[in-house]
Formats: sequence, structure tokens, C-alpha cells
Amino acid sequence: MNAIQTGEKRRMKHELNGKKFLLQGNEAMAEGAIAAGCRFFAGYPITPASEISERMSYRLPQVDGTFIQMEDEISSLGAVIGASLAGVKSMTATSGPGFSLMQENLGYACMTETPCVVVNVMRGGPSTGLPTSPAQGDVLQARWGTHGDHPVIVLSVSSVSECFSITVTAFNLSEKYRVPVVVLSDEVVAHSRETFTIPTADSIEVADRIVPNVPPEWYKPYEDNSRGVPPMAPMGDGYRHHVTGLAHDARGFPTERPDEIEAFSNRQFRKITNGFFEIQITKKLTVEDAEIVVIAYGSVARSARRAVAMARSQGIKAGLIQLVTLFPFPKNTVVNLMRQCKAVIVPEMNMGQISREVKRVNTGLTEVYKYNRIDGKLITPMEIFEEIQKI
Amino acid sequence: MDVDRFEIRLSGSGGQGIILAAIILAEAAGIFEGYHVSQTQSYGPEARGGRCKAEVVISSRQIDYPKAVQLDMMLAMNQASCDAYCFDFKPNGLLLVDSGLVEQVPTSRAVFLPFTKIAREVAGKDLVANIVALGALGYFCPLLTNKNLEAALTARVPPETVKINSKALQAGFKAAEEFDLNSLPRSIIPEEEEEI
Repeated sequence: MNAIQTGEKRRMKHELNGKKFLLQGNEAMAEGAIAAGCRFFAGYPITPASEISERMSYRLPQVDGTFIQMEDEISSLGAVIGASLAGVKSMTATSGPGFSLMQENLGYACMTETPCVVVNVMRGGPSTGLPTSPAQGDVLQARWGTHGDHPVIVLSVSSVSECFSITVTAFNLSEKYRVPVVVLSDEVVAHSRETFTIPTADSIEVADRIVPNVPPEWYKPYEDNSRGVPPMAPMGDGYRHHVTGLAHDARGFPTERPDEIEAFSNRQFRKITNGFFEIQITKKLTVEDAEIVVIAYGSVARSARRAVAMARSQGIKAGLIQLVTLFPFPKNTVVNLMRQCKAVIVPEMNMGQISREVKRVNTGLTEVYKYNRIDGKLITPMEIFEEIQKI
Repeated sequence: MDVDRFEIRLSGSGGQGIILAAIILAEAAGIFEGYHVSQTQSYGPEARGGRCKAEVVISSRQIDYPKAVQLDMMLAMNQASCDAYCFDFKPNGLLLVDSGLVEQVPTSRAVFLPFTKIAREVAGKDLVANIVALGALGYFCPLLTNKNLEAALTARVPPETVKINSKALQAGFKAAEEFDLNSLPRSIIPEEEEEI
């Protein structure tokens, strides 16, 4: 009783909603997670993601959550999966080197359909690379880093306010579809501070996982339904729930029967495909009559915004699609704009990981140009503007 | 005051408190004056030493590109950072340097003030040189009032250091007040060229 009361008092004291702060992207991400209902964080510090852990370490106890610093990134994601299986919304945050270590458990989360959010604040790589410089080199790793044919959702953020709102979205999608969601940030977004008013709790839409409504003895943890997402019982409340990384049947036990394996694998993809309408998020800027469309994501989208505005002021019909969802790749939005425009430019801080996707869906509709920078510096608006002018 | 982009860059050596000064500046403009602000930084992997820069963009509108494009003001707290980061100036941009640590400047619109020496005199420590410089920077910045800068400083620094930091800030204001800006050329482009 006393513990509950003091918890209540702590919450009142630390009510941040509705107040304006100068927040770092990383700090906004932590606040977004808490607003989305995250109550468990396990992580291992790494530049440029440490501020997420730091803020979680004192914010989570204030809302009766749990923070733990693990011995490395492998165990961090392991702890997160365990907490999520126990019914608590969970998250970890890291950068490239740690994200590489997390790949094995990321696959485990996919296979066991355990909701969790993994933040990767991208820095220069490979290996230790450039700890304090931005890059976007982990895009395809986020999609394909763990082995096996698997569905995963990858989102990207470009501003402090998105760090908050997209983290909430990441939790919602993760809980709704029982799939790990990777949020890609980068050093520029993570360390930039902007004024941000934390929204009031009633203005934030929060989705929770669906729990079984059948008696425990009827419960089959991996049984198919119309959505392809089975209800998930928190461990320890009487519902039998066997969890394994092996291919499993509807009861969760290992199977080698092709019919069961095929049904399981197909369901994994079907549940994501069914949700394309809400998973594939893009933002558009002056695309209605655009002849040249810039496709950008992360901090580069901020440069692109300015470049497009510069081009418009010079009378060039330019537009921007900002990809918030990178995977599943928002093909329909991109293809629709490809039908109307003369050329597409894809600026990225890698050698062309999303431009590869753009070219894949192009099928001769338009010209696709890539613009790459891999020197650890953010692409400037002027560079993109010059690319627009060249066409 | 309606402003499209007002850009300030602070630079120096890692450990001089450059980023803290930038945060206080951004909070004064963003929270206390109500502008949109974006504060970014770049530094090396070392905890002390090395070059460090922080930028603050202040605008009446949503800020698209978060980093500086053309500088209105810059602070250099040592020679290395002055050499490395003094670029992208507006013709009427103003450079502030610590006269004890910077000898050569690439612009004639430069204000030499002994920030570190002043810090030592008013507080007995070099530690608050960044706040002295912040005071001067805030004094010359047309978007900030001294009152709001002081309020932002008080809200940010640890309570037990408020007194010493306020003292340093006031010393910065005073040093800037005593400097005659009219003694500098109005623009680094000669007036006859500016017409074209």
C-alpha cells in the first residue's frame, strides 16, 4: 500500500506532459517510450545512443518501471525479450556495433513473435568506425541483419518531435503485430536539441497487445486467426506458453511438419502485409505538381526539406517524400509519384541502400539518381539543391 | 522580432563548456523568448581536448535544416577552433574570440575580449570562462535579453553553482557593454562592392 502511494507521489512530481523543454532526440525517444507504456529497458551504453539509457535510468523508476544495465548488447535484447514475454512493454537502444551483436536475439524475437522496440542510433561504420559522426549505413542490416527469411518493421526519425511520436508508433506497431520494430536514428537527430512540448497523455494514441479471452486450457499461443496475430498471454498467469527459437506449431512446440512450418511462415508475412495501410508511413512536401522528387529519410530529410524549398523559390517544381517507414518499403506511395515525375533523387549517408529499393520498384517509370556521402558529415541542403539543379 | 534564421556557432576545446553554453543559449531563445531553436554539436571521441563546436539556429518558423548555413555570430575559445570553424559567415557576421587564447582572426569584424582572464578575476577559476563568453554573446545577440539569458542559466546549472555562474554572466555582459561595436567595419564587404 505504502509502495503504491509513494509511487503515485513520484508520478505527480515528475509529470512532464504538456510542458515545453529543450530536448535532445535521444531524450525525446525515452519520453516517447514512456508515453507509449514502456516499463522495461535493458541496455549497454554506447555513443551516440547513451542518452536514451541515461534518461531511462532515472525516468523509469519514477513511473514504477525497471531499468537494468546489462553486461553487453546480446544480453540486453535477451532481457528485453524476457520482459516482453512477461507482459511488459520493453525496449533497448544501441548503435551500430551493439546492433550487430543484437542480430541473433532479433531473430529470436521474430521467431517467437515477441513485441519489442530496438533503437539503433546510426554512427559511422563498419566496426568501431566513427563514434561521434552520423551515417545511415545500417539500413539494410536493420532489414536483413538477422538470418532467415523474416518480417520486421524498420522506422526512421528525422527530428526531436519525431523521436517522440515515432517511438510511440514503434511500440504500437510492435504490440499490434507481435513483431520487433527497429527505429533507426542517427547521430545528428540523436544529439540535436530542439524545443518540444511533451503531449498530454490523452492526446497520445497507445495500442496494447491483445491478450487471450479463452480459458487457459484452450489457449494455443501461436494459433492463426483473421489478423494473423495470435493473442499473447503474459507468462506466469496460468496460460501454457512454450517459447522456442525452433520452428513451432500452434502450441509453440518444435515441429518439422512441412504443412505446419509453411502455415507458420506464411502467417509471419501475411500479418505484416495485412497492415501495410498503417505500417507504411511517409510524409510529403509539395509533391502535387512535382517534376523532381527527392526521397529521403532520417536527418538527410531535414536537408532535403530545405533543398526542396530552395528549388521552389527558384521556380523548380520539386517535392519531397520523407520515408518514415523504411521496411516494409512504402512501394505504393513511391510508385504513384514515380508515375508523375521526371526524376527521383535519393540522397543518403551510405553508398545507396534505399536508392537500391527505389530502383527495385521503379520498373522504368522515371529516372532514379542517387547522391551519397560517406565521410561522416551530414549532407547539406546546398548539395541536394545542386543535384536538383543538374536535372 | 521576426527572424528567418539567426545562426550562432560556439567553438573551442573539448572540456571548455562549449556545448553547455550552447544549450543555455538555446534554452534562453527557445523556452524563455519563445523562438523555434535547434542546437547541434560536433566533437571528437576524446573526453577532453580536441576541437569542439556547437551551433544554435534561432527562427520564428519551424526549422528545416538543423545545422548552421550562414553564421550571424561565432565564438572561438581557442586558436585551433577559430582556424577550423570560422567559415560560412554572413558579411555582417560577428566573431567573438578569447583574446588570451586567440591571436589571429580571419575577419575584421572580430571582438577580442579576455573571457578566461575575466573568469579568473571574478570567480577565481577558469571554469566559468564559457559563461563569461555566453554573457558577451547574449549581449550582442539582438534576439536575447540579458534577463532571459540569466533565467536560462539559473534553470540549467547545478543550484550550488548559480552564484558563481551569475557573477560570470554579469561580467560577460559588462565586458561586452564596454566594447564599442561601431569601431568595427559594418560589413566585411567594402560598401561600394556591396551595392552590386
